[in-house]
Amino acid sequence: MSDTIVKLPDQSTARIPKVNFITKENGLLSWLLTGDHKRIAILYLISITVFFFIGGALAGLIRLELLTPQSDLLASDTYNKVFTMHGVVMVFLFLVPSVPATLGNFFIPMMIGAKDLALPKINLLSWYLYVVGGILVLVTMVTGGVDTGWTFTTPLSTHYVNTNVLTTGLAIFVAGFSSIFTGLNFIVTIHKMRAPGMTWFRMPLFVWAHYAASILMVLGTPVLAIAITLVALERTIGIGVFDPTKGGDPLLFQHLFWFYSHPAVYIMILPGMGVISEVISTFSRKRVFGYTAVAFSSVAIAVFGFFVWAHHMFIMGISNYAVLVFSLLTMLVAVPSAIKIFNWTFTLYKGSITFETPMLYAFGFIGLFTIGGLTGVFLGSAGTDIHLTETYFIVAHFHFVMVGGMLMAFLSGIHFWWPKMTGRMYPEKISQFAAVVTFIGFNFTFFPQFILGTLGMPRRYAAYPPEFQILNVFSTAGATILGVGYMLPVLYLVWSLRYGAIAGDNPWQATGLEWQTQSPPLTENFTVAPIMDHECYDYEWLESQNRQKEDEVAHVG
Amino acid sequence: MDHISPVLWQYLVKWLTNFQLFPPEASRIAPQMDALLFFMVLVSLIGLTIVVLLLVSFSILYSKRRHPVAIQVEGSTILEATWTIIPLGLFLMMFVWGALIYFRVYTPPANAMNIYIVGKQWMWKAEHPGGQHEINSLHVPVNQPVQLTLISQDVFHSFSIPAFRVKREAIPGRYTTEWFEATQVGTYHLFCTQYCGTNHSQMIGDVVVLSEADYKKWLRDSTSGMSLAQNGERLFASLSCAACHNARPDARGPSLANVYGSQQHLINGQTVTADDAFLRQAILNPSQHVTQGYAPIMPTYQGQISEEGIIALVEYIKGLDSNYRVEQTLTTTDLLPEGKPAAAGKQPATAKPTAQGPQKPGMVQQ
Repeated sequence: MSDTIVKLPDQSTARIPKVNFITKENGLLSWLLTGDHKRIAILYLISITVFFFIGGALAGLIRLELLTPQSDLLASDTYNKVFTMHGVVMVFLFLVPSVPATLGNFFIPMMIGAKDLALPKINLLSWYLYVVGGILVLVTMVTGGVDTGWTFTTPLSTHYVNTNVLTTGLAIFVAGFSSIFTGLNFIVTIHKMRAPGMTWFRMPLFVWAHYAASILMVLGTPVLAIAITLVALERTIGIGVFDPTKGGDPLLFQHLFWFYSHPAVYIMILPGMGVISEVISTFSRKRVFGYTAVAFSSVAIAVFGFFVWAHHMFIMGISNYAVLVFSLLTMLVAVPSAIKIFNWTFTLYKGSITFETPMLYAFGFIGLFTIGGLTGVFLGSAGTDIHLTETYFIVAHFHFVMVGGMLMAFLSGIHFWWPKMTGRMYPEKISQFAAVVTFIGFNFTFFPQFILGTLGMPRRYAAYPPEFQILNVFSTAGATILGVGYMLPVLYLVWSLRYGAIAGDNPWQATGLEWQTQSPPLTENFTVAPIMDHECYDYEWLESQNRQKEDEVAHVG
Repeated sequence: MDHISPVLWQYLVKWLTNFQLFPPEASRIAPQMDALLFFMVLVSLIGLTIVVLLLVSFSILYSKRRHPVAIQVEGSTILEATWTIIPLGLFLMMFVWGALIYFRVYTPPANAMNIYIVGKQWMWKAEHPGGQHEINSLHVPVNQPVQLTLISQDVFHSFSIPAFRVKREAIPGRYTTEWFEATQVGTYHLFCTQYCGTNHSQMIGDVVVLSEADYKKWLRDSTSGMSLAQNGERLFASLSCAACHNARPDARGPSLANVYGSQQHLINGQTVTADDAFLRQAILNPSQHVTQGYAPIMPTYQGQISEEGIIALVEYIKGLDSNYRVEQTLTTTDLLPEGKPAAAGKQPATAKPTAQGPQKPGMVQQ
């Protein structure tokens, strides 16, 4: 910020800065042709929110159908299409881009003190690819859907269904490139565009987490593209790579698919973990406990994450020795997650904690992710996996990680950075209420599914034996509460765009470079190129900065 | 499980079953798996309690009201080592314990009786060695190890019996096995747990565990008159297998007597054990499985014989210990108007009906 602009302690009289990245240019074209990482992040935010609610509506249909044991609301074919589309939309169009493409896009350049991402046009291209992928998915949906499950298991997807497998495959193929470009952009930016003094170990953990996730995106996604291409070739010209009658191997598809789709789980969760590190530190006014351990655990997750894919196939007749190796590696990948949980918890120790909405969501994340992670160990242990896999236990497990973990982290981050992105505060009381509602609704929805799983109820069933009904009713009831919890933020966040209190530069007194500039930021992010002359999460530095500014105010006054 | 009183254990399991938190324990492996599950639940609860307690107590102790100024702490190598090593140790314990159970679940004892299961959209077909067929149900005797050899005719399916804690995928083109020993008479759920298309949720059935006497009665009452091996023998004749595999000095194919379980030297230099999978492949894809000393002249039977047909043939070859009957078959085959393999499949009079069962549309387009 310029030295002549002073920051007044009382924000209520303040105004949103006249010049910022939103007001700089007007008109639809200025958005659609922008190279500004912040504007692209906003474009992403709008589009993924749309797809989140489409996916959420599909989830609502699933829960309604499962209210009764018979398949009465939806015919089984329709039900199969609904859960397939729910999976495709949520995984490829919401979870994978959620934090990286919105918050990562917006804040990685700001956090490392750069003007923009290294490749702004590629960044815009990746949004367009995402939109093309999204539109293809919508086309699939209105022209009859697809019913292979989001896993596209061969030979079901290649020989036995007559739905829009090719269109969906193309959609995922295209959206995959969007994610590759985002990852590539982050890697280049983090390597090349750090501000003077911003060494690797002065980077916020959010950036570390995104760096690890970007590696997964760049190395993993091409394999998914290959797997999908082979499915398409098998369907159209019958090349037979996965067809046992031609000497192909249907298990090969699963190896290829999970080689991407397991690391994809970490693509989804790592950026969320980055958000939690920032939030926990900010609201307890303390440096993250064991910064280095948390940074390296992200990298460890990314590295180990590549070597655990076959734990999705323990019951499929892969060799016993492969099972041993993959089970062991799965146990190892669980350790860095445990480290992170304890490090976050101990960040609170001797802090000075406040409980704003982002912090509540972060607490929710820690609790639910702990359950999600521990139940992952149930599935990683080869013996118990036999009983629990392919049941509702696994559904509950990954919803705890993805929804309880990732979505909570996403909401936490959106609330945390909302003042920076828009210049206005969200209403605190109602958003705290929404966070609590989400937490309660979530547990009601997904906890009963663990019990359904140990009882043996298989996943992807449109109809089920009547003894499972009571737990399904609980789950559906919980889903309605969860739905309310997700609707509320949309309403009050939109409301706050016009009526929210003015946020000022640094409403949370956070230490990140992104908070040391105006909100919303200028297109160039900083008026003066920042120099990182302190450690990250250095609250004493922030205090001295504030004192300095107060002196300036006194001096000018 | 071995370390706590069996009475207490049974009480606990009954209670959990009645409260619908837990399926009944109806197999030999179930209590062992449940012991590990309980251990994991316990560890998880303790871990979760620690995390929640820490969160809550830190939130109270160090809230801004009570603790207005944060004291910066860098980290603590000892603490961090603690929460790296303890979870690692626990996870490794679960790995070893889980691996032991895994090997137990998938290693059948030598005395297990074998039942073949064929999965297809959307039903389970069971082929008992005595020739009994069942659809969407499986009758097994109590206290007797049963091995299931699974194969799928079309897509991936998964044969799951929650009460026995066993599950295995039925894969197209490949045999997989699972085994269990039922310990309680009763009827239990059988589910297909791998998503397999439209009527996935209808691909369910019952596993009926019968007492020794009831099982014998059931076997008697549901017999089709011919054992699986006898069906196989018929098929062997009708497909004219004996034209080459007849052990005559001028035979064009190797003798099949005692071939099951033996070591086969192939012309590509490999040495393999002739198990179910090898025999199946040798029938469907013979050019890749030619025994040394023979020419690769056998035609493929891909698309001409159903999975049940192959199972019957394999079962027949398994029990073949002399070529006496093959010679006899040969004599009768010579009397047939057409002895060519290709034509054989179209003779309903001589072959087992299921052998010509209509192929799934997907399997034909090759």
